Amino acid sequence: MTLLLQYTLIYSSVLLLVALGGCFSEHGGVINLGLEGTMVMGALGGALVMRSFPNLPAPAMVFAVVLGSVLFGTVYSLLLAIAAINFKADQTLIGTAMNLLGTAAATVFVKALNMRANANNVSSAIQYIDQKKAFTLARIGKFELSVFMVLSVIILILAHLTLYRTKFGLRLMACGEHPQAADSVGINVYRMRTAGVLISGALGGLGGIVYITAGVSEWKFENGVAGFGFLALAVMIFGQWKPYLIASAAVLFGLFRALSNIYSGFRLLENLHLPGTFYNMLPYVISLIILAIFSRNSRAPKAEGIPYDKGMR
Amino acid sequence: MKSEKKSFLEHPAIQSVIASLLCILIGLLIGFFVLLFINPSEAGRAMLSILKNFLYFPRPAVAIEYLGSTLVKTAPLLMCTLAILFAYKVGLFNIGAAGQYTVGAGMALYCAIAFKMPWYICILAAVIGGGLLGAIAGALKAYLNVNEVIAGIMLNWISLYSVNTLLTGVKESSTTYTLALRTNAPAGLIPHLGLSLLFSGNKYVTIAIPLSILFAVLVWVVMEKTKLGYELKATGLNINAAKYAGMKEKQNLILTMAISGGIAGLGAAFLYLSGIEQWSCAQTSVPAMGFNGIAAAFLGGLHPIGCIFSAFFIQHITSGGSYVDKMVYSSQISDLISAIIIYFCGFVLFFKQCMNKALAKKKGGSKS
Repeated sequence: MTLLLQYTLIYSSVLLLVALGGCFSEHGGVINLGLEGTMVMGALGGALVMRSFPNLPAPAMVFAVVLGSVLFGTVYSLLLAIAAINFKADQTLIGTAMNLLGTAAATVFVKALNMRANANNVSSAIQYIDQKKAFTLARIGKFELSVFMVLSVIILILAHLTLYRTKFGLRLMACGEHPQAADSVGINVYRMRTAGVLISGALGGLGGIVYITAGVSEWKFENGVAGFGFLALAVMIFGQWKPYLIASAAVLFGLFRALSNIYSGFRLLENLHLPGTFYNMLPYVISLIILAIFSRNSRAPKAEGIPYDKGMR
Repeated sequence: MKSEKKSFLEHPAIQSVIASLLCILIGLLIGFFVLLFINPSEAGRAMLSILKNFLYFPRPAVAIEYLGSTLVKTAPLLMCTLAILFAYKVGLFNIGAAGQYTVGAGMALYCAIAFKMPWYICILAAVIGGGLLGAIAGALKAYLNVNEVIAGIMLNWISLYSVNTLLTGVKESSTTYTLALRTNAPAGLIPHLGLSLLFSGNKYVTIAIPLSILFAVLVWVVMEKTKLGYELKATGLNINAAKYAGMKEKQNLILTMAISGGIAGLGAAFLYLSGIEQWSCAQTSVPAMGFNGIAAAFLGGLHPIGCIFSAFFIQHITSGGSYVDKMVYSSQISDLISAIIIYFCGFVLFFKQCMNKALAKKKGGSKS
């Protein structure tokens, strides 16, 4: 049971971070479908830090890894920001390209790195068995409290405050609802939207490193992040683009994702004799059902997905 | 020279071709820089082997045989490309083509191996399977306002796990691969009608290749010359206007996705019923064919005939990726290049604007 709780919380943290990222981008008016690729890049950034500095003390390790993944995620999301905001490119197309590019680039890079270290090592994996221990903040019985769980709660509160209590957040949301109106009162729409996308890149990158350190101690970059970026977008839609609702949606989705990891530990579930693939499919099936129920009345930011054109009315 | 006559460069088709070539050039250039960054001394040779693909073999007979293999894989890619193109013309981004392709593969292989059905029935099953999955995504979009991209991705994963489970029933006992068609279900193989003799006896070359080209023409005819195509395009341009004009806009959306899914499913049948590949039931991601289709669709300037060439190019460099020196580089370098090409396809509109601006300037300059 503790194991279920632990996995639920860590996967919820991933979904929460990435969904909040998507939330910032969409409130600014840009759909970030490239979150999946951004997660891979963030994961790469964090994993590279762990690989290059294996002997850092725990607090410094946490700081460096977070910094690495946030940096990689932010820089990577520039690809979307420049194309979608400055060049008015199709956001769906750019997002898709970013997802493919993220996995391909990370695989090529890590393989090259591994081959340089050892000519016979052609795998795309990075190991971090010892480094990972730095992320455990405390142990309560069998339950391991991860520093990322705490971090994501803090970020949740910050995100809510930023969106609803600061000048920046309210201006950002104005750009996603009615950019022409925002422009007419002197808000630089391009700059605000870029800020929204970059924040989503930072949070997406952070979510990526949390995801790959959640259950395992090495990651094969060929595998990408298995649709988690898109699950996070489903969480965001279910959460109606509001941070606190997103958090509860993330916990629900996290529970289903955790079940696929550890269903075999429960006698009740074991006795149902369902194949393992059923639990693998579960998060995707649930999210599809939930999307079907809640998309109809969803309150998406009105101007999302539409490139801002100053001359348009 | 008459000034009102359009100059060569102002023609939209020519501009599309130039923009696509520019995308390819930038993609290859960045790919080359990545190769240089990894290992400067081998970069040139690696790039050359990606671009040469089957020409890697000096003997013409062997090269032609491998050209055949590339074409065998181009046929399914072209179908995926057409699936994405068809949906995109109606304003839908069918990223679920990868899942529809997966279901098509599952249906075709299961019918062939488990029921020993002839190839045309297997193809039909694949089309129906892919079409149904597409229709689900379309119905979710039309009636419940679910974003088709997110629904598509979810359905991709669901179909991957389902097909893996389904095909585990017909796999080889010692490996994760499905039973080979040639030895276990020869009736399921698409006939070659002598085509394979043209490619030094490459037995995987079947009538699937000419059929896929025929389909590209068919898609063009349906889109440009029929009432159905007109209605679908109108729905894509403005769904409310289409509704106002008396079109059944919701049915149109579902129909579009069903056709798109059927085409993708057909593509899978074209590949797996040629016997060139067996499905691995331990696959952890959907086949890349559906995603490469996105690259080819946009690179082809969103025109069915252009897509024939772009699909060949994308498959050419993807196959070429397997010839790079594995001790220095990984074959994923071609995935990287196609991803970069897709990214720059987003800038096509901008490229065209630049071209038009430059042309207008030239014109203005010559007058004064």
